Amino acid sequence: MKNKIKNVFSNGFGQLTIPIIAILILVIFNLIRDPGFFSIELTQNNDGNNVLAGNLISIIDNASELAIIAMGMTLVTAACGGQDISVGAAAAIAGSAFVKILSNAGTDGISGGLVLAAFLFACVVAMLFGAFNGTLVAVFKIQPMIATLILFTCGRSIAYWISGSATPNVASPIIDGIGRIIPGVPIPTPVLIVIAVAIIFKLVFHFTSLELLTQSVGINGNAARVNGINSTFIKILSFVILGICVAVAGSIGVCRMGQVSHDTLLLDIEMDAILAVAIGGNNLGGGKFKISGSILGAYIIQMLTITLYAMKVRSTDVKAYKAIVIVLLVVIGSPVVKAKVNKYISRLRSGRIKASEKGAGRT
Amino acid sequence: MDGKELLTMRHIKKQFPGVLALNDVDFTLRKGEIHALMGENGAGKSTLIKILTGVYQMDEGEVRIEGEKVSIHSPQAAQNSGISTVYQEITLCPNLTVAENMFIGRDNSLFSNRKKYEKRADELLKQLEIPAKSTQQLGRCSLAIQQMVAIARAVDMKCKVLILDEPTSSLDDKEVNMLFKLMRNLKSEGVGIIFVTHFLEQVYEVSDRITVLRNGELVGEYLTEELPQVELVSKMIGKALDELNSLGDPDETKKVSDEVFYEAEGLSSENALPFDFKIHKGEVNGFTGLLGSGRSESVRAIFGADKVTGGKIKIKGAQVKITKPIDAMKHGIGYLAEDRKRDGIIAELSVRENIILALQVMNGFFKPISRSESEAFADEYIKVLQIKTANRETPVGSLSGGNQQKVILARWLLTHPDYLILDEPTRGIDVGTKLEIQKLVLKLAEEGVSVTFISSEIEEMLRTCSRLIVMRDRHIVGELKGKELNQVQVMKTIAGGEA
Amino acid sequence: MKKINFFKKGQISDARLLLTITIGIFVLMYVSAIIFLGGGFTHAQQIFDMLNYNSSFIIVACGLTIVMIGGGIDISVGAVTSLVVMACIKYLNPVYSETGEKLSGEGNIFAALLIALGIGLAFGLVQGFLISYLEIQPFIVTLAGMFFARGMTTIISIKPMKIEHESFSKIMDARIEIPWLGYTARNGNTIPARVEYGVVIALIVLIVVFLILKYMRLGRCFYAIGGNQQSALMLGINVKKTRFLSYVICGLLSGISGFVLMMHSGSANATNAQGMEMSAIAASIIGGTLLTGGVGNVAGTFFGVLTLTTITQIVVSSGFNDLALQNVTIGGMLGFFIILQSIILTRRNRKKTG
Repeated sequence: MKNKIKNVFSNGFGQLTIPIIAILILVIFNLIRDPGFFSIELTQNNDGNNVLAGNLISIIDNASELAIIAMGMTLVTAACGGQDISVGAAAAIAGSAFVKILSNAGTDGISGGLVLAAFLFACVVAMLFGAFNGTLVAVFKIQPMIATLILFTCGRSIAYWISGSATPNVASPIIDGIGRIIPGVPIPTPVLIVIAVAIIFKLVFHFTSLELLTQSVGINGNAARVNGINSTFIKILSFVILGICVAVAGSIGVCRMGQVSHDTLLLDIEMDAILAVAIGGNNLGGGKFKISGSILGAYIIQMLTITLYAMKVRSTDVKAYKAIVIVLLVVIGSPVVKAKVNKYISRLRSGRIKASEKGAGRT
Repeated sequence: MDGKELLTMRHIKKQFPGVLALNDVDFTLRKGEIHALMGENGAGKSTLIKILTGVYQMDEGEVRIEGEKVSIHSPQAAQNSGISTVYQEITLCPNLTVAENMFIGRDNSLFSNRKKYEKRADELLKQLEIPAKSTQQLGRCSLAIQQMVAIARAVDMKCKVLILDEPTSSLDDKEVNMLFKLMRNLKSEGVGIIFVTHFLEQVYEVSDRITVLRNGELVGEYLTEELPQVELVSKMIGKALDELNSLGDPDETKKVSDEVFYEAEGLSSENALPFDFKIHKGEVNGFTGLLGSGRSESVRAIFGADKVTGGKIKIKGAQVKITKPIDAMKHGIGYLAEDRKRDGIIAELSVRENIILALQVMNGFFKPISRSESEAFADEYIKVLQIKTANRETPVGSLSGGNQQKVILARWLLTHPDYLILDEPTRGIDVGTKLEIQKLVLKLAEEGVSVTFISSEIEEMLRTCSRLIVMRDRHIVGELKGKELNQVQVMKTIAGGEA
Repeated sequence: MKKINFFKKGQISDARLLLTITIGIFVLMYVSAIIFLGGGFTHAQQIFDMLNYNSSFIIVACGLTIVMIGGGIDISVGAVTSLVVMACIKYLNPVYSETGEKLSGEGNIFAALLIALGIGLAFGLVQGFLISYLEIQPFIVTLAGMFFARGMTTIISIKPMKIEHESFSKIMDARIEIPWLGYTARNGNTIPARVEYGVVIALIVLIVVFLILKYMRLGRCFYAIGGNQQSALMLGINVKKTRFLSYVICGLLSGISGFVLMMHSGSANATNAQGMEMSAIAASIIGGTLLTGGVGNVAGTFFGVLTLTTITQIVVSSGFNDLALQNVTIGGMLGFFIILQSIILTRRNRKKTG
């Protein structure tokens, strides 16, 4: 039944209809409010580098960490039918691990190689925690939200232990290059990283059967097992991949700030990431998924935030307005509302046909 | 027998996107009769039932109960009009007690009067001879008991119309007889019973009247005693009778090569006791026995679908280890599971993705089947097996049961197995598809594929298998070949000492 | 078919077992705390203090248990609690002009109670409607609810507020004294056990919810829709309405919880009750409620709350006044419980199948 309703409506952009409409509404709203809202200009920053600046750039730039985590979250959602609420805490751990390697070297001692090593270390740490979550979910059959509640509770404290002190700093041109801008390239680096991660996902889906297997496991775990799929492996793998995404996002966050603050690094990002997945039209109960939907979802959330800032809403109050927009979005996207609207439209249409028939009869 | 008209449905029409499920269908149920509703899958039986129970709303037509027009807009409304349904899948809550399942949702009192409910439930269970206690958790009862609790609930609601939708498909003979006794009792009290089933014998055993539907249209209403079984089948499938016999005499084709493909010694799993088994190349054998006799559990052990706990396995004489489905698949074994919804289809994925799934898994993680290749595979098998689907990207969940089964069959055929296990491939699908599947099995065997075929309908197995392994109480109790392969002998062996 | 059956069998009988284990571990933990740490743990006041601090938490956890039994989730409860505290204090406190003149008098306490209940009810109604009647995923709806409540809290006041209301302060400071559960201090005075009135409210809520779940038709319907929604529908239960009511009750309890928290702390800030929703979920889980629904009860949840707070108390009393250690210990214990439950469930299932 659901499928049938879906089919009726999927002749737009399918799953992406709602997010695309949401973006259009936001864009139009902003253009009416301030025609120059989306203007982009090439300016020079303090270091004399050419940079693109403007609201659009800051939206895309600031949503980078969210977009990357949302991509991984999509995979976990699809395979496990639940969400990882520990990504913020795990990002803090990964960020702390990243800084741990760098902090021993002075400002001059940070070389490209060392940053790479630090990043790889962060990846390994985040993958381990991902595997831990994944094992709880796949082997012990615990609901993802509950399993990741453990790391959610204590992750930031572990990050604090790794850091040793409250907020260790890192400073180096390379760190700046990752977190902000590479001299000569006018586009913020995090944006480039998002593009790279998205391409990597696309390549992984192309060169492995991950997409089909993940969806099978998510839709019907029993059937997947009987068909020889190792669901345990797929589920743990999805968490490990999310771990990598978390490490990337955490490292970007650290580079952006030039320090790691275990208490505030990517705070509350888990909620936004889950939201991005849902706004992207993915079923939070698992199964079929579209990574592109989640990326769009992330940008919608960020565009909304920046729009509100531009309307002089206090940063602490943004949440309330965000909530209203979220509710509107999900209400529009709700199958029940869709079905009702559909019925109404078809009734209107049939009414019109009857009317025109009558008209035809008269002439 | 010619009681008053209890329920009349006139000119019922129901349209789904793309399908006209019911077109101008009439149905009449009289007081105190058991009325079988027959038809292939997709004939519109379940749609008609669902309209009657308030799950679907009809587009046109009217329903009257005892002459009064009623509007059935929800399951609740159906209950209030005196229509109760017992479905094939248990629609009770396993986490509540038997008594609660019988009484919940029936009144609007503020408090749930446990003591009163339990007393009444125990009385009723005793009266209906259902071996259960009112305080038991429903989830702890067997499926048969759960079904009877559902009937007891309906009985206590003083229902006028009782709909039994495939009630016998998970019951054994003894339980079926208990159910029939219950049905006859209710009939004598004036309840009208609509009986939906795939088992023809049961229709003749218990029903008074038969209504046949085909492709959403009414074929006709008949008195059971006036309609011979063969005629009923031909009305259901709308084909000439000859075709049913076109499979020919089974004995001719049953010559088997000497080469043993698969051999198991003392194989056991978490659900199956140790057993020995072997199958030759190009042989069709069958496992038979009552439900719960261990026939499905045994083949699951062969495929590694349940956790294997012991035994030696040889394939083509070489010792191998099969503990997981993927092991079996790598050795050329395919397995079509008994429970299609649970173990078979990935409902939301497309026909194409469902067809390539097993092959993809065997190819491995790093060798995905390309889009164009998979489309070619899907198109090929949609054509070969005549799968009725809008296109290859249709979600498989929206197909009819028979076509879903064909998709899964295609999935395994695509892996080109040497040994194919088909557990109840014909259950719950229409007669036409049943025949196609039986033909396919014989064709595969001719090509040298070994097949294990399980079916609840013994006749079907007699037609296809050259060897039958009979199970009782989770043990193999006999092996029938050649002349022993007849209904009487099989029944005797299944029944064992009691016969 | 069979396997599903076996699995369901396991879940039911294990609900009780899990509760027993939880109670057992709580008792064991507490007893070893008495033996190894002594001191405060030997006094009944320790238990009462745990209740005093957690009365609002208990109320929230009860609400969440109802929703979880019905197969849903509500993560807005902590934020709603915080919003209620902020709104009520804002209303109760007198308003001063910039020059310090009193512009209006103090608010009425009963009106404040009505505000608390009203806010909770409003959240319950809206969230319940969106989830049950529009069939939107509960996680998303209540996440939005959480955002909205947090945002509204800072819109009301971004600065922390303290209650400045005479008669309410009296209520806050009032204690029930139970002399026979008191202890003798070093100077020889007998200090009676002191219990806040919030605890009484919490215990009443606990008992009422327990009775609803066990004896009322509505309560049994919560179990039914959590156990198998489709079946519940077929049994003639109004699934939508039942689910709606579970969220309404949960919202209402969040309102009460806010009022009780205000009675306990008397101050409001933007981060009040932060993370309470997750702790409440944890308490329910430890108490044997399944997130999938259909299994659980509030007695278990109560012990879940006690277990969680005992862990905190032990860490604090052991002299490690380190927030990080406390969090890691709670995380570790949570992990232990979750894995233990999972292992027991699987092993029992296997035994039955074999």
